Amino acid sequence: MEKKLYRAVGQPIPKKDAMQLLLGKPAYLDDVTPKNCLVVKVLRSPHAHALIEEIKTDVAMKVPGIECIFTYKDVPQERFTHAGQTFPEPSPYDRLILDQRVRYVGDAVAIVAGADEACVDKAMRLIRVKYQVLEPVLDFHTAKDNPVLVHPEDNWVAPCPVGADNRRNLCATDCEQDGDVETVLAECDYVVDRVYHTKACQQAMMETFRTYTEMDVFGRLHVISSTQIIFHLRRILSHALGIPKSRIRVTKPRIGGGFGAKQTAVAEVYPAFVTLKTGKPAKIIYTRQECQIAGSPRHEMEIRVRVGADKSGKIRAMDVYTLSNTGAYGDHGPTTVGLSGHKSIPLYTAGLEAFRFRYDVVYTNKQAAGAYRGYGATQGIFAVESAVNELAEQLGMDPVAIREMNMVREGMIMPAYYNEPASACALDRCMERCKELFDWDAQYPVRDMGNGKVRAAGVAMAMQGSCISAVDIGSATVTLGDDGYLLSIGAADMGTGCDTILSQMVAECMECEVDEVSVASVDTDTSPYDSGSYASSTTYVTGKAVEIACGRLKEQLCSIAAEMMECDADKLYFAGDKVCAKDGSGFVELRDIAYRAQCNNTIAARASATHCSPVSPPPFMVGMVEIELDRETGSVEVVDYTAVVDCGTPINPNLARVQTEGGLVQGIGMTLFEDVTYSKEGRILEDTLMQYRLPTRLDMGHLRVEFEQSYEPTGPFGAKSIGEIVINTPAPAIAHAVRRATGVWHRELPITPEKILMADE
Amino acid sequence: MEIKLNLNGRAVTASAAPDTMLIDFLREQGCLSVKRGYETSNCGLCTVMMDGKPILSCSTLAARADGHEVYTLEGLQAEAEEFASFVANQGADQCGFCNPGFVMNTIALLRENPDPTDDEIRAFLSGNLCRCSGYESQLRGIRAYLDSRK
Amino acid sequence: MLRIKEYIRPQSLEEAYQLCQKKGNVVLGGMLWLKMQNRSVNTAIDLQDLGLDKIEENDEEYRIGAMVTLRQLEQHAGLERLTHGAMAEAVRHIVGVQFRNLATIGGSIYGRFGFSDVLTLFMAMGAKVELYNGGVMSVEAFTHLPREIRDILVAVIVPKDVKRAAYQSQRNASTDFPVLTCAVCETDEGVTCAVGARPALAVCVKGLPADAPEETAETVTEQLQFGSSLRAGEEYRRRICRVLVRRALEAMNAQEV
Repeated sequence: MEKKLYRAVGQPIPKKDAMQLLLGKPAYLDDVTPKNCLVVKVLRSPHAHALIEEIKTDVAMKVPGIECIFTYKDVPQERFTHAGQTFPEPSPYDRLILDQRVRYVGDAVAIVAGADEACVDKAMRLIRVKYQVLEPVLDFHTAKDNPVLVHPEDNWVAPCPVGADNRRNLCATDCEQDGDVETVLAECDYVVDRVYHTKACQQAMMETFRTYTEMDVFGRLHVISSTQIIFHLRRILSHALGIPKSRIRVTKPRIGGGFGAKQTAVAEVYPAFVTLKTGKPAKIIYTRQECQIAGSPRHEMEIRVRVGADKSGKIRAMDVYTLSNTGAYGDHGPTTVGLSGHKSIPLYTAGLEAFRFRYDVVYTNKQAAGAYRGYGATQGIFAVESAVNELAEQLGMDPVAIREMNMVREGMIMPAYYNEPASACALDRCMERCKELFDWDAQYPVRDMGNGKVRAAGVAMAMQGSCISAVDIGSATVTLGDDGYLLSIGAADMGTGCDTILSQMVAECMECEVDEVSVASVDTDTSPYDSGSYASSTTYVTGKAVEIACGRLKEQLCSIAAEMMECDADKLYFAGDKVCAKDGSGFVELRDIAYRAQCNNTIAARASATHCSPVSPPPFMVGMVEIELDRETGSVEVVDYTAVVDCGTPINPNLARVQTEGGLVQGIGMTLFEDVTYSKEGRILEDTLMQYRLPTRLDMGHLRVEFEQSYEPTGPFGAKSIGEIVINTPAPAIAHAVRRATGVWHRELPITPEKILMADE
Repeated sequence: MEIKLNLNGRAVTASAAPDTMLIDFLREQGCLSVKRGYETSNCGLCTVMMDGKPILSCSTLAARADGHEVYTLEGLQAEAEEFASFVANQGADQCGFCNPGFVMNTIALLRENPDPTDDEIRAFLSGNLCRCSGYESQLRGIRAYLDSRK
Repeated sequence: MLRIKEYIRPQSLEEAYQLCQKKGNVVLGGMLWLKMQNRSVNTAIDLQDLGLDKIEENDEEYRIGAMVTLRQLEQHAGLERLTHGAMAEAVRHIVGVQFRNLATIGGSIYGRFGFSDVLTLFMAMGAKVELYNGGVMSVEAFTHLPREIRDILVAVIVPKDVKRAAYQSQRNASTDFPVLTCAVCETDEGVTCAVGARPALAVCVKGLPADAPEETAETVTEQLQFGSSLRAGEEYRRRICRVLVRRALEAMNAQEV
């Protein structure tokens, strides 16, 4: 393995904004936008499926302070999608800003704007809506070809061929295969055939959805939003509002967490529409309850896995069928589902002779799903890794041994991953190191701790991507300023630290200190185009753009220096604080180049680069968990979670570690208690974070994280991604440990004490 | 109604409605570090000190603070800076939205118990939720700060 | 959203009592529960000027003012000794320190919440409530009063005849609402066991033997009714009731009198 020595890359430096954030300085949307603006709220449907027969707003309009109330009669009739994706979006155009048909409990019915919260609340209580209540589609098993249609409308459009058909409640469908899976499975000595079920978990970022809008001096709509996707957002708003993209400017302040939630334009259309109609500034701040019932959570999936092996444990065939519930709208529906197979099956590339991956994504009258860290891979990996653990048990094999025998290794071509090569893969070393750190051989046997408690262990592997190959765009502009460099990007730092990580790359390339690199705030008017911060792509794609831009900037600085030294630029080289003649005959200081750039100069001290990768190199990881399970109450306590991750080169090991720890704890919550259930009328019961429980620091045990580096040749400084993969191992590993402790496989999340105890009967 | 309180060491008189929550009153007074995370009193983002005790300003009427002493992070910058750099060194700040509440309650912890064990830290801060960090880095930061003082 | 028209700090219990007679007026405890409700309040009555935030003791009892916070209960050395740590155990799972600095014993008891850890323990300890108008009565008797009564809870009185006590609860996550709560307390009259979050209000079974935890747990469980909620079903509650009662008794029996 190549291990290079760097100066800034690989350093565990604090985030550039850390102290300001820790000291509570104003940085977020509601801190930095004016207080004097219209307060915007959305009246929401109490019914899972209904037609608005009549809506009366006249009394509500009379409430003092009310500026406007909009209903379905007032909005443009072109459908669009909220999903933040590259155009043309794979997600169907199935939304209106407000629709006469409401499709889930929480769907928007009216937009109310007024001088303050109190008057808006009062007006909302005075709007009279008469609904024709319709039968909802609530069971996603019966959604496909159900006589009740979620989207019967004629102007529903699927811009990409994803198999969508609104007349069948189908948001997407597909089948791909390599080899003859049925024949190989029939030949296998052991076949496990199981169905797994995961829920519509919530990102639950601490800052709820929020957006401020105003008309600027040029008469353009200026949108300030807590978003991961400034450029997509501009286009989404242009589609929704029916105005040119050039009339919209999107900027973002610091973001209080996203995890994918803010890759969907959940809240932006409402204040934008108000400002466009009234010309007045407007702000919407979602309540936590709105986030819970009208956000953009994980897709609920039911996944059937058939995996076959020979007597020796060699995995020969895998067949995965995913049924994904996109809810009332198709945001991210056609794309998330792909990862449930593409990021799970290739883990077992080594001896795989055949695979098949089929899926259906269906509409139901439930909350629309979106993008949540892991993006389908989390669901698929829970299923496939659990099935492999079940297979190991049937074979009487150690679950680590069966993985060592079958896992993908460096240099292999992965047929189930678009035939991409695993050009950097330390999965084998991750397993070896994790096994050693965790002391697998000692921890794996079930141990009786007395008083009804037992300790047991479980294991799982995971992979993800590092971008959407041949789609995602990252760009960077690097400028030499009077002192130091300015880095301009369109990717959104949502707390992950990408502003710092990308600055480390600039510092590495330009041979300067990280403190000498400033990061420009993100603005569709001034930032270079970037798809946005999602698909784990910022470090890998935008990072590469930074590297390329720096290379170009160095050449340009040499050109400026050449004019100063009156020689050819190719006789010079860039040396950090100066540009030197290769023959040692002289140099000019960088400081003087910066001054020269501002006087009698025609060469820009600025360079840009745009990057797109034809491949999406997977990061890999192994997670092992030790739990203590109370056999008398069913309680599970995570004692130790050990994870070893291959993200290529960790650009900032501290931030990579915290990404991992944060992802593990989200995964633990999803596995043990984060639940989403519905009343029989279709109302979400866990509609607050009092009912939907997030892990506290008492719920997670001790975490240990290490890195096994690989070197990804297409990534910046050998880097791959880290942001999403880290949420994928807890569910299968904990389910495995629970099986060891109780003798019962739990194939549905979350695995609550009640489920454990009652299954044990 | 008129509310008089000592805010960050200064006497403040301002008017507020009877149902104004302290968090909204404080933000109106320019204390923007105070954040609202949930509406169900269980995230700790809005933690402020009232009469020296950490409380949830989202669940306290501004009127109840009348006649009391309230400190927000704006008024405790020096005390916060002491250990915040250790938290920053771990990368634990992340998105930062929960940081002010976490920092305020850590100040409360360290005032009450200057040398806490890891378990005491976890227990005292259990009402401070964070969705980004997974908590371990926050603990490492506090631990590093405590060790630096020994 | 909670709407409040007027806020008053009465200067006497009589004034507070008169104010709270009016429908639409509400006495504030820690306000944590009230704040989450979507309702209109005419007058919010804040008892903070009435000196009810103290824990006093004499030879026979502790007198805990209604405005004493759960955090004060958790940190009180006398209650810690008296309950062999059960007091702190009963409240330490409740959300967090900041929450417990607001939540009051008055609010916790007066609200008669099914999920209340506090109510469970005080009921087992044979505690009494002092109502401004209704006088002194046991916590248990108080739970049977009609919800419509409009009175001021002034104090909670804990007799000092507690010999041993233990507290157990089951939660799906560490600081979540309990799925079941259980307190046992031994006095001269034998052992009392209270079980709450069934999910209905805590009830107690008295005159139990301290020995034979297994059988006693069975006896208690058979006498109680359980129900289902979002957090767990009836049968699960019944099953873990046996476990929590038994463990509480075992923990209590391990204590020195």
